[in-house]
Amino acid sequence: MTLRAWSLLPARLVSTFLLVVPLGIVLVYCFLTRGDYGGVEQPWTLENVERLADPLYLAILWRSLWLAGAATGLAALAGYPLALFIARSGRWRNLWLQLVLLPFWTSFLVRTYAWIFILRDTGLINTTLIRLGLIHSPLPLLYNDGAVLAGLVYNYLPFFVLPLYATLERLDNALPEAAADLGASPWRTFWRITLPLSRPGLVAGSVLVFVPCLGAYLTPDLLGGGKTVMLGNLVQNQFTSSRDWPFGAAVSMVVLLASALLLAGLLRHKTARELL
Amino acid sequence: MKGRGPGLVAALALVFLHAPLVVLVAFSFNTGRFTVWEGFSLVWYRAALADPQLAEGLWNSLVIAGCAASLATIIGTLVAYGMWRRPAPLLAGALYLSLLTPEVVTGVSLLALFQGGFRFLHLRLGFYTVIAAHTAFSIAYVMIVVSARLRQYDRSLEEAAMDLGATEWGAFRRVTLPYLAPAIASAALLALVVSFDDYVITSLVAGIDSETLPMVVYAMARRGVSPVLNAVSAFIIVGFGSLIVISQRLQK
Repeated sequence: MTLRAWSLLPARLVSTFLLVVPLGIVLVYCFLTRGDYGGVEQPWTLENVERLADPLYLAILWRSLWLAGAATGLAALAGYPLALFIARSGRWRNLWLQLVLLPFWTSFLVRTYAWIFILRDTGLINTTLIRLGLIHSPLPLLYNDGAVLAGLVYNYLPFFVLPLYATLERLDNALPEAAADLGASPWRTFWRITLPLSRPGLVAGSVLVFVPCLGAYLTPDLLGGGKTVMLGNLVQNQFTSSRDWPFGAAVSMVVLLASALLLAGLLRHKTARELL
Repeated sequence: MKGRGPGLVAALALVFLHAPLVVLVAFSFNTGRFTVWEGFSLVWYRAALADPQLAEGLWNSLVIAGCAASLATIIGTLVAYGMWRRPAPLLAGALYLSLLTPEVVTGVSLLALFQGGFRFLHLRLGFYTVIAAHTAFSIAYVMIVVSARLRQYDRSLEEAAMDLGATEWGAFRRVTLPYLAPAIASAALLALVVSFDDYVITSLVAGIDSETLPMVVYAMARRGVSPVLNAVSAFIIVGFGSLIVISQRLQK
């Protein structure tokens, strides 16, 4: 065996037995029957896949899509001006970029906990508003879809800013300048020149935010309260307290397939690939 | 969109990104239990240090992250080198798949594997299942960092060493490995942070003896807010921040 073959061997073993085989097991479990004490049993069935169409689960799917979509939209609204500002800030660029990334390098759990601290009944916002005399009883800010949305945008905003910044930074400045010279207003220049030219970055950023939001577990779990909020919670719930592994496996495969298809679609575009 | 527009929204976005953590850390130094500033004190840090559950979680996390990051660094460096010699698209695909798979799906898939295997082997979930899981998902991070460094590496250096009589292994050990050292150190720190931070996968494959710090923090956050948690968060923020800053310096 050559050195190259040896050097790939441990990774081949780990990726086979700890990455591919486990996902294969989950795929097989989709088509088995739930065991009496957890686990799975024969016979083979399509019942788990059919159950995905149950209105109860369609509602969770719908909420996941809605929350992931809304988080992506909000990330675009906050992230576009931020990326544009950084791309135009000359020699300060790197400093601003570092500032965007800095919170991202903190523990995911801590970042999510920070929102509990801010939004709960005795949290920062409610305490401040009560002390200012603006409200008398705390507003219900935590444990709802709004709180989940805030957490998702907060956790994944850098994923939107980075590829968009990369596009805007490479954009030929002569084009917006020419538009301005020819009499276009700043807004018109933005809508007709800058925005269309930054499309690859917008698409890449949207996919990179939407995909992890769709498969999110921890953010909806901590900020959404005890309810089953999103698909990730449904998966965890089926594998733990509900002990219905085959159905949990079916939901897992839906989430994984959706994520893989979206990212594969993104990687097919050469311009988008260069941004990643 | 010229003028002040983007600047203003950008400033607001930066405040949105930083304010929650700044406030979180600030209140870890508060005297009182509530979200009203009552004066500076280190009482919550003392309480955090005296908490036996936190201490045990921290120790477990250090052991697990230390083992998993070491294994992932060795395996990830080797695979990056092997794929630099000649691409291995299938293997690369499997490792990238580990990055895009939602954590909760990775977690339940490993749980299914371990439970299935244990029925035959009569074993239980514990330290080694967590270490195996963490090693598996950290390899891709190491591979990416080391591969980036190898892309700037001149193939003729290794060839020259072998022309001068070094064996393939000798050329790797004496020429390539020293060149890669900063990237490997950087990747190791990244793997340490990635492993230390994980809650979702860990919670699914951990046994009763292997509760990590994030699991203790999660349980505390679930029970309600205590300023002790703010102190622990401040400790994690500073610890992770330093490791990542060192890691990024090493990549330059």
